[in-house]
Amino acid sequence: MQSHWTLPEYIADVLPPEAQRIELLRRLLLDTFRVHGYELTMPPLLEYVDSLLTGTGHDMDLRTFKLVDQISGRTMGLRADITPQVARIDAHLLNREGVTRLAYCGSVLHTLPAGLTVTREPLQIGAEIYGHAGIEADLEVQSLLLSALRLAGAGRARLDLGHVGVFRALAELAKVDGATAESLFSLMQTKDIPGLKEATAGIEPVLRAALLRLPRLYGGKEVIEAARAELPAHPRITAALDDLATLAAAMPARQASIDLAELRGYQYHSGVVFAAYIDGLPNAIARGGRYDEVGKIFGRARPATGFSLDLRELAAFIPSQAQSVGILAPWQTADAALQAKIAELRAAGEMVVHALPGHDKASWGPCCNRELVLRKGAWAVEPLNAA
Amino acid sequence: MLTLALSKGRIFDETMPLLNAAGIRVLEDPETSRKLILATDKPDVRIIIVRASDVPTYVQYGAADIGVAGHDVLLEHDAKNGIDGLYRPVDLNIGRCRMMVAVQEDFDYESAVKQGARIRVATKYVSVAREHFATKGMHVDLIKLYGSMELAPLVGLAEAIVDLVSTGGTLKANKLRAVEEIRAISSRLIVNQAALKTKRAPVQALIDAFEKAVKD
Repeated sequence: MQSHWTLPEYIADVLPPEAQRIELLRRLLLDTFRVHGYELTMPPLLEYVDSLLTGTGHDMDLRTFKLVDQISGRTMGLRADITPQVARIDAHLLNREGVTRLAYCGSVLHTLPAGLTVTREPLQIGAEIYGHAGIEADLEVQSLLLSALRLAGAGRARLDLGHVGVFRALAELAKVDGATAESLFSLMQTKDIPGLKEATAGIEPVLRAALLRLPRLYGGKEVIEAARAELPAHPRITAALDDLATLAAAMPARQASIDLAELRGYQYHSGVVFAAYIDGLPNAIARGGRYDEVGKIFGRARPATGFSLDLRELAAFIPSQAQSVGILAPWQTADAALQAKIAELRAAGEMVVHALPGHDKASWGPCCNRELVLRKGAWAVEPLNAA
Repeated sequence: MLTLALSKGRIFDETMPLLNAAGIRVLEDPETSRKLILATDKPDVRIIIVRASDVPTYVQYGAADIGVAGHDVLLEHDAKNGIDGLYRPVDLNIGRCRMMVAVQEDFDYESAVKQGARIRVATKYVSVAREHFATKGMHVDLIKLYGSMELAPLVGLAEAIVDLVSTGGTLKANKLRAVEEIRAISSRLIVNQAALKTKRAPVQALIDAFEKAVKD
């Protein structure tokens, strides 16, 4: 039975206390990004699919709602990810030389939920650095992510670091074709070692051993040394491992872990990738990494790195603080002293609610726990007396 | 606390020796106990008993850290829910069987394939069957059944079935013959991605123990 108030599956209203929490978190994170020099951008909710989906792969295509533009007759998509939009803005519109830092926050829509319990309307927030190919940019976005999570109250987040370059170098050395590389990539992602054994049967023994070793190379910083000893010495593999060593050294040991099979976005990512985990959540809370080639489609390839997360998911996970509860003020518009007192309280950040006439005092309970009362000619704040 | 999801029956029975080799003893028997959460002799490891096809769901949601799931179940789960968040590092070499296409003894499957005829296929493994026939370039109508697939060709519900075959006894008893192997099946150890990242030491110890027990 459908009722008029039924929402589609995996779509939800955000109700008062949670909505406030999400909004506070949004301001907190955007302010943090701003003081680090990230400029806010607001890309549109829909675009032509041609620009929205270039270079993002089949997954994103399936995940994008599409509709026909009545003006141009072209197919438009509702964005399923903001990152390519921001890359387009950097590559084509801003067209600045040097480094550009951009931040964004907005809803995205997915045709299918990205996980088992996930909403189809995540509130994506993220920060990106364009124009710097060096490891310093990766370091900066990672430390920005960790401080954002700390500010949000998820101080014990862990960052899991990987590097797409190690797998790509091995796949290239093994001279596998694109389709095989892509299927090895997804076997690698799921640490499907039995499946990898099957799929690599025809590959030269040394490289096959390295490919089979990769999904086992995870753990603390010691993994990097193990990888140096066990993987073929190839300049790109060495460079990738050096990058990971630099990044891991910049973080406390308990916060960083390495996983050389932590791969995402076969068509998208090009270097360091990372995911943040917090205790109790069955999936990563934030993901990020390098995607240097994406801008090319929009006019110029720019080094790019950044991260994004779903604010709704983060807000749901953060324990709610005691709700700030308001002060009930009587409906006496002519009383100048009362109006002055109310203005003073509101300026101090208090919520002051006018009691509209004709409502039982107890009915204000959900929003107020205090009230303004006249005591000896002065307005004072006292606990709400509903009796 | 580590939670291990298992299904009753063959998978539970064949996992027990591996668990014992890993130094973990389950204190209750799921066949006689009605409890769904079973304690072990290790205070920080518990077993939950779920339906075989639900094991990947429990592990992907993080309701269990580790599980044992047949490859058949896993393939169907992946097709519906995606591969994200579910590691599958060890082939436990238990619950071995083959996923096969079978038809009635007198049905000429080879010519049906050659002619490109549209045939009806009854199966529990809809996603796997769809992909298999699509790869062969065959047009099929899939009929989802939940059990006793062998019956479908006998009563004219379908020309072929896709099912697990271990000894072939059931096929023979129902005058069916296997015509094609889709893939060999065995059970896998599956691990929640976040559990491996956030509880690495105990989860890894359990994976290593299973791996060692399989080799020995």
